[in-house]
Amino acid sequence: MSTRTLLSPAALARPRGRAVYWTVFTGVVVLFALAFLFPVYWMVTGAMKSPDEIAQTPPTIIPKHWHLSGYTDAWDLMQLPEHLWNTVVQAAGAWAFQLVLCTAAAYALSKLKPAFGKLILGGILATLMVPAQALVVPKYLTVADLPLIHTSLLNDPLGIWLPAVANAFNLYLLKRFFDQLPRDVMEAAEIDGAGKLRILWSIVLPMSRPVLGVVSIFALVAVWQDFLWPLMVFSDTDKQPISVALVQLSQNIQLTVLIAAMVIASIPMVAMFLVFQRHIIAGISAGSTKG
Amino acid sequence: MTRTATRNPVETTAVRQVEAPPPVGGRGRRRLLDQARAYAFLIGGLICFALFSWYPAIRAVVIAFQKYTPGSSPEWVGTANFTRVWHDPEFTAAWRNTLVFTLLALLIGFAIPFVLALVLNELRHWKAFFRVVVYLPVMIPPVVTALLWKWFYDPGAGLANETLRFLHLPTSNWSNGTDTALISLVIVATWANLGGTVLIYLAALQSIPGELYEAAELDGASLLQRVRHVTIPQTRFVILMLMLLQIIATMQVFTEPFVITGGGPESATVTVLYLIYKYAFLYNDFGGACALSVMLLVLLGAFSAVYLRLTRSGEDDL
Repeated sequence: MSTRTLLSPAALARPRGRAVYWTVFTGVVVLFALAFLFPVYWMVTGAMKSPDEIAQTPPTIIPKHWHLSGYTDAWDLMQLPEHLWNTVVQAAGAWAFQLVLCTAAAYALSKLKPAFGKLILGGILATLMVPAQALVVPKYLTVADLPLIHTSLLNDPLGIWLPAVANAFNLYLLKRFFDQLPRDVMEAAEIDGAGKLRILWSIVLPMSRPVLGVVSIFALVAVWQDFLWPLMVFSDTDKQPISVALVQLSQNIQLTVLIAAMVIASIPMVAMFLVFQRHIIAGISAGSTKG
Repeated sequence: MTRTATRNPVETTAVRQVEAPPPVGGRGRRRLLDQARAYAFLIGGLICFALFSWYPAIRAVVIAFQKYTPGSSPEWVGTANFTRVWHDPEFTAAWRNTLVFTLLALLIGFAIPFVLALVLNELRHWKAFFRVVVYLPVMIPPVVTALLWKWFYDPGAGLANETLRFLHLPTSNWSNGTDTALISLVIVATWANLGGTVLIYLAALQSIPGELYEAAELDGASLLQRVRHVTIPQTRFVILMLMLLQIIATMQVFTEPFVITGGGPESATVTVLYLIYKYAFLYNDFGGACALSVMLLVLLGAFSAVYLRLTRSGEDDL
């Protein structure tokens, strides 16, 4: 964007302005490299140092010998494949449940005029006022003993999947998007004899790709990054996602191996971010201006 | 992921269309069928909200007045849970820590992204690079960030003290000292979360019309005066939104103290949410945990209400 900002183009074009600009620019590049990239570099290379080298002061900036054993040990000793798989299952299931149930509910609230629809929507929006973390204990008690059917979802991925559906933010995002879709297309389809499900599947969803993308990313990231809730749900070590397993195992494992495991745990989300960075950044930025 | 300032609960009511007269005789049945169909779509989501949002909220209030042990029938105990929690020496510490944490996170965690966004908005090169790099820490799982900083704060070979030694400055106890632990955690939270704030604020800065700056400059306003009289008033709404969101988020801080300090040293970093966790899972006192939850709920609910009211009234009153 080439709209004018705080500084005028004329001021920047002057020799003094240009000198100041490039000094600030270099400063920011160095600051960003030190503040955000260096810690990540320190983590990735720290995992490749030998146990003696990592405890040494002053530390070595570049490992003297590059060991990959930290990574391979982490993979084998900490059962990372198992925990990563658990995380994938939990995140994918939460995503699927959210996409199906939230989309259907948002569609019903937006287009099908259910009785008490206003009241239900109000109830859903009210949960936005109640930050999720403050309710973890009663939520835990509910999941441990579901009302009426008296089943426990503890140590079961359903304990992650179903509560993930109760996401007012994503549901509202979808509903608001559906509200803005043109009515005449849907009415035309209805006249042609298409049922409600057919309209949702063949007309509404194809038109909603952008919002479905945003909701998908929110859903996946939320589960992948969550810690407190899976910590409560999975007391069974074999079923824990990587975030919980890392903390549980961090007490009695060699530092280099732990750091390697931390790097491995970060790769999926960071990789997803680098691949979809344009969409993610545009999504975050777009949110604020629309208000 | 950071919640953006998008929530705008203004409902757009669709213009009701004139409906064609229904076929004679079947109107009631038809409407019933329509309702059944609508609820078929709605029911899955509705059950999840009822079970995992509405019911727990009610239950928190109920259990707060009960002696509750899973498996046996609960007893009503009046306000005993509240008084017991109130007299817990960690209660005051937890609230003080949470409030100080929130305040520091607001001062540090808000001033830094604000200035960063202002500077980034002036840079004409490598824009994509800066945006990706600043958001990178947000994408690292919070648990990894916490463990990473726990290692940095290691009093021996940790990066934080190594850096101070390299600069010939006195070393610090960081997260292991009673007086430095809380601020150390604020630094971690700021590092981890400022990317979202920077990106949202950058977008807001780009929506400021350039003519305003031009006019201000013609009137002889200096750089700082332009920031004060153009930038800040023009983005007041977003600033307020981000601040409230940050307050709501940091009041619920748990992962950093749990992973880095375990609430210590000497309860210096126990937060309210951490105390709730301890009551439930260490003391097995669910009544006490719910009493604390209700207190946190009331406070956060008040902040959220302000947030929602502001988004509802929208930007048009700027």
